[in-house]
Amino acid sequence: MLLRHTPKEEVKREALTINPAKTCQPIGAMYASLGIHGCLPHSHGSQGCCAYHRSTLTRHYKEPIMAATSSFTEGSSVFGGQANLLQAINTIFTVYNPDIIAVHTTCLSETIGDDVNQIAQKAYDDGKVPEGKYVIHTNTPSYIGSHVTGFSNMTASMAKQLSEHTGRDIDQLNIIPGWVEPADMVEIKRLSAEMGVKIVMFPDTSGVLDAPQTGKHEMYPDGGTTIPELKSTGDSIYTIALGKFASEQAAQAIDSKCKVKYDMLDLPIGISATDRFIEALAKRGGVYVPESITKERGQLIDIVTDMHQYLYNKRVAIFGDPDQLIALTEFLIDLNMRPVYVVSGTPGKYFESRIMEIAGNKVPEIKVKNGSCADAFLLHQWIKNEPVDLLIGNTYGKYIARDEDIPFVRMGFPIVDRIGHSYFPTVGYKGGMRILEKILGVLMDKQDKDAKEEKFELVM
Amino acid sequence: MIKVLEERKNQIYTKGKDTFDFACDKHSVAGSVSQRACVFCGSRVVLYPIADALHIVHGPVGCAAYTWDIRGSLSSGPELHRLSFSTDLRENDIVFGGEKKLYSILNELIDKYKPKGVFVYATCIIGIIGDDIDAVCRKLEKEKNIPVLSVHSEGFKGTKKDGYRAACDALLKLIGTGSTDNISRFSINILGEFNLAGEAWMIKEYYRKIGIEVVSVMTGDGRIEDIKKAHGASLNVVQCSGSMTGLAKSMKEKYGIPYIRVSYFGIEDMSKALYDVADHFSDNPEILKKAKDLVTNELSSLLPVLQKYRKTLSGKKAAIYVGGAFKAFSLIRALKIVGIDVCVAGSQTGTKDDYALLKDMCDEGTVILDDSNPLELSKYVLEKNIDLFIGGVKERPLAYKLGIGFCDHNHERKISLAGYEGMLNFIREVHASIMSPVWKFAPRNSASRGNTSSDAIQTSKCAGADCSPEACSSCGKF
Repeated sequence: MLLRHTPKEEVKREALTINPAKTCQPIGAMYASLGIHGCLPHSHGSQGCCAYHRSTLTRHYKEPIMAATSSFTEGSSVFGGQANLLQAINTIFTVYNPDIIAVHTTCLSETIGDDVNQIAQKAYDDGKVPEGKYVIHTNTPSYIGSHVTGFSNMTASMAKQLSEHTGRDIDQLNIIPGWVEPADMVEIKRLSAEMGVKIVMFPDTSGVLDAPQTGKHEMYPDGGTTIPELKSTGDSIYTIALGKFASEQAAQAIDSKCKVKYDMLDLPIGISATDRFIEALAKRGGVYVPESITKERGQLIDIVTDMHQYLYNKRVAIFGDPDQLIALTEFLIDLNMRPVYVVSGTPGKYFESRIMEIAGNKVPEIKVKNGSCADAFLLHQWIKNEPVDLLIGNTYGKYIARDEDIPFVRMGFPIVDRIGHSYFPTVGYKGGMRILEKILGVLMDKQDKDAKEEKFELVM
Repeated sequence: MIKVLEERKNQIYTKGKDTFDFACDKHSVAGSVSQRACVFCGSRVVLYPIADALHIVHGPVGCAAYTWDIRGSLSSGPELHRLSFSTDLRENDIVFGGEKKLYSILNELIDKYKPKGVFVYATCIIGIIGDDIDAVCRKLEKEKNIPVLSVHSEGFKGTKKDGYRAACDALLKLIGTGSTDNISRFSINILGEFNLAGEAWMIKEYYRKIGIEVVSVMTGDGRIEDIKKAHGASLNVVQCSGSMTGLAKSMKEKYGIPYIRVSYFGIEDMSKALYDVADHFSDNPEILKKAKDLVTNELSSLLPVLQKYRKTLSGKKAAIYVGGAFKAFSLIRALKIVGIDVCVAGSQTGTKDDYALLKDMCDEGTVILDDSNPLELSKYVLEKNIDLFIGGVKERPLAYKLGIGFCDHNHERKISLAGYEGMLNFIREVHASIMSPVWKFAPRNSASRGNTSSDAIQTSKCAGADCSPEACSSCGKF
């Protein structure tokens, strides 16, 4: 078996990362940029970075991913990448004609000290940015944080560089959805509409990365937050930011630039977190929760009630991105399951403290680790030492699941071996139902598969 | 209208129409949405299949994460290559250097996994911060008594081809360090075969059947010990022109081993690969005889099946966009056998010679592309009304969005396409994709008939008295 190399004995590792549970910043920035309508993401670095990010996003979404690169050479690495970026901006507007270019850096351009802010300014000054078009930029050094940091940085740059406070108040809320799937963004918009709250959400990859077959190559599909919408975020009543790691920076940026206050919530995954999101929508939007949403919630609780015996005390290992894991930990506890191992490659002290706040009393045996050396290898060792009943994480979990014969639910990024994540949400009450369906499906499939003849049940 | 970049005009050629000198081997234009990757990518794909080696990527985590087990290179034994090791350099390491971290990690890893060899890949940032990875490798090599090889694959130092070169440099350091005792005179190395879906096993078996010993495969299902004694072979048989011809040339200079270029893809090329090796060992006529028997035997069962597919596939049109141009040649020949015409052909890294040959092979009107991008690809694919696109991971969703069949001829394929068995697999896959009923629903096809998609549903005509429920949706009888 593939991971038979994983030894049971845990030794302290100083520096080594094996089978990383994260990747680097620029891909997060690229994903966020795709959530602006008419945007071409631009990778300021070597060609390979751009190619890898595009391939990885393509494997996850099964969609063409458009992004340009500065195509660094040895020369640009010695003399700086300014000439490349200026040429790139010119080329992009001439040939690909986007409304906006979102530039992110790479470890290479960061280390040689390119100042993208100054270069972007120069592009404007030299008249390389056509009237009514934009270049925004963010710093995404790969050796700091993780892909989530890159997403957060680019989202914050959208707020910093595009939001405007004109003084006229617009009766709308800003929602910063965090790093979630297009399906989740659709669901957040649906819930808000159902509540009767007008929102502007950014970034919004729905309509971009879940596009239909059209018979044409759409460089810029219909979806994405438009530039006028992004500008209007400075005039909104309030901001609701979902997921501290991916969204707080952007919420802060609008607050400090345009004095729009914000609520910082967990991602609305599961019952309690969705309750808080709906409450915030009601409070900040000045509306009552409609019957239709109460009904959805009731349906989710009804499923939990029907099936709670199958969930009781099941030990669960989860890994992936911090915002998802925080919300998922709470949901699992609400389901009377035991999230015993929680691993994220993304660094940040808040992660452990928030998880412990949620789970500390209820699951005292919980093991939490994030940042350096928090990888799939460590998780596998924990599982080898004390097994779990269920594993939830991205596709890379399949090695562990197969080796240890553990039911496995795919959630997170990337998922490169199953479909559905682009179309079916995990947020909101409906998302809760989907997660529950998946969890119960794998648990019961395992029970069916392993049951002795006489214990094999028809009705479950 | 889709525009073509002015700077790229010399990298696109229409046979029979254009006469200019074809430009290739160029750096991509900054700002273009290129399908190309980097130097590191080139090195990583070439060395990755060496299964008993430990591969560690020295740099920030991304480069290791993106190349974790993405290539379906199978191993018959150890699977150490499928694990992803990274030094995960952080800000401090960038400032103070990563040599110590690299050393301590490798020290730990070698003791833990006891690999037969180690490859250390340098990423972009190593070239900038100036870590002396060679020194670290030398030190560990002495201490651990196994080969520890640096691969200078800094991403910005050229194209993917330069990455192949860096990988071959590392291999060259290994070759010549093993014992060549007991190697037959009728022996070869297989170069540029990566054992995707077990292809190397199949090819080795063909050679074994005609009486040839395979000393090493570089690098499919590769082993350090085999590569060390590769200089004991009498002939190098090189597939995949881009990645390994350089190594074959170096081995010729250093060890006097001649080389031939082959392809295992398609009936003609596979047979030629066997005959060319047999010709090289012409002092042993038994080999040629066995090769002839093998080919006859395989073809007698394969050809009738292919004929059946030809009936439905003949006249269909294909577009090819692959990494190396050599692969394109084989694909064109293989598709011809079932009557499919290639109307668009291109590669990421072809050379002048490659493109000259490509031109010769193609029919009038075929569009030839170097280092293309999604805009150009979709433009020509639609203009030529293509039925099948053959490419890699980034091209698949492009083709599908346009409503065109697709066959992956790169890392992500699951079935072997080499040899005789592979030819059948390939044509089956092509057939499955081209003939899928899904294209009937694709907007492209309803649009080309001048119908909107809702009209398309209505296109089946009522046959009056002979009307049947399967054929009719319009007469209301059913």
